Amino acid sequence: MFGTKNISKAFGGAVALADVSFSVEPGEIHCLAGENGSGKSTLIKIMSGVETADSGSIVLNGEEFRSLSPREAVAHGVQVIFQDFSLIPNLTVAENIALSTDVLERRKLVNPKRNREIAQKALDRMGVSMDLDATVQSIPVSSKQLVAIARALNQGVKILFMDEATTALTRKEIDHLFGIVHGLRDRGVATVFVSHKLDEVQEIAQRITILRNGSVTAEGDIKDFDRKAIARAMTGQEVNEVRLAPAVPDNAPTVLEVDSISSPGRFRDVSFSVKAGEVVGITGLLGSGRSEIAEALFGMTKIHSGTVSVNGTPISFTGPRSAVAAGIGYVPQDRLTQGLFLHQPIAKNVLAAAIERFVGPLGFVKAKSIRETVTNWISDLKIKTTDPQNPATSLSGGNQQRVVLAKWLAMSPSVLILNGPTVGVDIGSKRDILEIIRQKALDGMAVVIVSDDIPEIVQIANRVLIVHQGETGAEFEGAAIEETSLYKELAA
Amino acid sequence: MSYITPLSQRKGLQLFGSPNELFLLGAIVVLSLVIGLNNSVFFSIATPFDLLRSSLIEILFALGLLIVLVSGGIDISFPIIGIFAGYTTVVIMLRFELDTYSLIIPLILAAIVGAILGSINALLIAGFGLPTLIATLGTAGMFRGFLLSYVGSVYIANIPLGLDEFSTADLLSVETSAGTLARLHVLVIPILILAIALAWMMRRTMFGRTIFAIGGNEESARRMGMNVRWTKARIYMLVGAISGVAGILYVSLQRKADPYDLAGTELEIIAAVVLGGASIMGGYGTVTGTILGVLLINLIKDNLILLGVPGSWQRAAVGLMLLIGVIAQAVADKRRMKQTVTVAEEDSQ
Repeated sequence: MFGTKNISKAFGGAVALADVSFSVEPGEIHCLAGENGSGKSTLIKIMSGVETADSGSIVLNGEEFRSLSPREAVAHGVQVIFQDFSLIPNLTVAENIALSTDVLERRKLVNPKRNREIAQKALDRMGVSMDLDATVQSIPVSSKQLVAIARALNQGVKILFMDEATTALTRKEIDHLFGIVHGLRDRGVATVFVSHKLDEVQEIAQRITILRNGSVTAEGDIKDFDRKAIARAMTGQEVNEVRLAPAVPDNAPTVLEVDSISSPGRFRDVSFSVKAGEVVGITGLLGSGRSEIAEALFGMTKIHSGTVSVNGTPISFTGPRSAVAAGIGYVPQDRLTQGLFLHQPIAKNVLAAAIERFVGPLGFVKAKSIRETVTNWISDLKIKTTDPQNPATSLSGGNQQRVVLAKWLAMSPSVLILNGPTVGVDIGSKRDILEIIRQKALDGMAVVIVSDDIPEIVQIANRVLIVHQGETGAEFEGAAIEETSLYKELAA
Repeated sequence: MSYITPLSQRKGLQLFGSPNELFLLGAIVVLSLVIGLNNSVFFSIATPFDLLRSSLIEILFALGLLIVLVSGGIDISFPIIGIFAGYTTVVIMLRFELDTYSLIIPLILAAIVGAILGSINALLIAGFGLPTLIATLGTAGMFRGFLLSYVGSVYIANIPLGLDEFSTADLLSVETSAGTLARLHVLVIPILILAIALAWMMRRTMFGRTIFAIGGNEESARRMGMNVRWTKARIYMLVGAISGVAGILYVSLQRKADPYDLAGTELEIIAAVVLGGASIMGGYGTVTGTILGVLLINLIKDNLILLGVPGSWQRAAVGLMLLIGVIAQAVADKRRMKQTVTVAEEDSQ
């Protein structure tokens, strides 16, 4: 058995884990669920020897440990695959798999031939073929993940933690990954998925442990849980996935008009329109072109033919600036690199897009009205912070996403485009964010939401467009928007 | 699921490791032809010999800097470390009347002095985690001030005999058609050996691979269990020692020890290494490319006059070369990114 017994850990005064026990058997696929800040990462860090628990013990293969060094953890078969895979981009596939063995054996010289053999063996065991001499930066994300798994295998993994393993994968790649995880299971490796995507977790895991505020709130056979029960254990409250889609008045004017736009290699002949107060969902598989369409509407991807107009005025895109000038706001998928100035204060982030509205006639910014606006947005969007002058890095994922939202809402756009607005955001925050979007739509904003999260689309959208290989296909409206038919259409 | 390898990754007939090295070689050949056709004096055995002689010391410095660049750092204190070690060695030899005919003693002394200065860089960078540019900018100033105030600020013309005589130790000398002697300095041999040894070290030792790994992704290297700090410390000590040796050999070839020498040459060396394909972001670089980079820069620098460009433009030309090197890298990076994306798309369909 692997796991923890009565682990507690506090950082300063804040309790991260309180009396947490969980266990995984060899050959089991387990899911560790919990919102951001529930203690999942701390638990993984303690099991992999990065942090030391204040009390309690770690159990590896039946053996109990008070504390562990990272090296000992590896020696006992603990491996963690982080979201970034911790690979070295300029080295080859073979080296990325084999070098950690060389390090562990304290070798002074490297033998490329031996490293290739080691790597080949690990990949063979997974039933995967790959060019061993390709540098890791030249291979696709899904292959990078396989390299990380191969490395773990090579180091004698007995319990494998995978942090948000499926976020960047297409459905086909996810199936492939699950196949490999099943292979690991047959070899007696225990796999722990740490994930926000509940439907995927339910597909692969046998058992689940749910954390909230550092304590285990539920555990057991995954068959005994439905999505609602998991959500309840994670948030501590009843989470209703009722439809939030606002009713659109018949006489609402059309705000965004997209007329057969094309961009070779990305999307073809895409047309749709959005009325004031309407929420239009665009969904499709990873690589279908859904993200590219969102970026094109914000001037980040070149449109080769077709027109986009806002309130009847066609826009000639020269970049995001022209989109902003036309009244389009964009909440990007990758908020860490595209949406936030991470090390700048929250207040400055909130005003980053709207700052021109606060410049007086002499070119000075109006400090007082800025302060008021920031305070308003922070309370409006329930951003949890003690001081708006704290850097954006001090916030949890859900709160960071609210700051990105606030940034665009502060410039009062007539069209708001959201690309994966709740990726990596926990259920509680997700609910709040969708509620904010609904409010803004009720105020008359036209909203386009691009997402692969079907339950989310079902909850919020008035109308749903499905993108297949760069072309818009089926369209759903009103009561026709429900999960099973959307999934079916996606898989088609 | 298929895995497609970008064209640039495929193995084929490769005389030189990368397209960049082939390009440099081509540039050297074409440039030589252009210069030669303008001025037939150029086509003489004396030309490559002179080019090698003026490049030898720079190659040594450049190889040290290559290691730093591959690890993702930068060092601008190495020319000061070089002249500090060279000048101090001469002062010590004269003061303590050490064996004036020896060549080994000054080499070892200079290497030790260089390594000591390098370990100060190591302490700041590996120990305190300072950014490498700032740390070495600071130490460069400190070392120079210390050298001029405490070791000496006067020019020494009478360097120990061993060093003095080494400056004319030729591997071979050929009489040219003009009746002068073309000399090939014996240093090409040890420097060639050192270059091969460094190339082997970078490719086949754990130390070398760790340097590449740190340059690629420091955090990942740490998570792979590599000792990042200790590796960085060793890099700066090694580079100090190499710079020290380069410094004393410079003194020997110049037949004088001038504490004001070498300062400012970092521009040229950095330009050469970057032109040679080493990434300023870390993670990439080859010994062959570095040597070709130094040769190309010296070829241009030494022959600007033959091409009708005033000598005062030398530094501008070198600066331009550095920028060309960096731009070439940026373009290559962009292409590489695009390639990865295309591969990912092909894969997902």
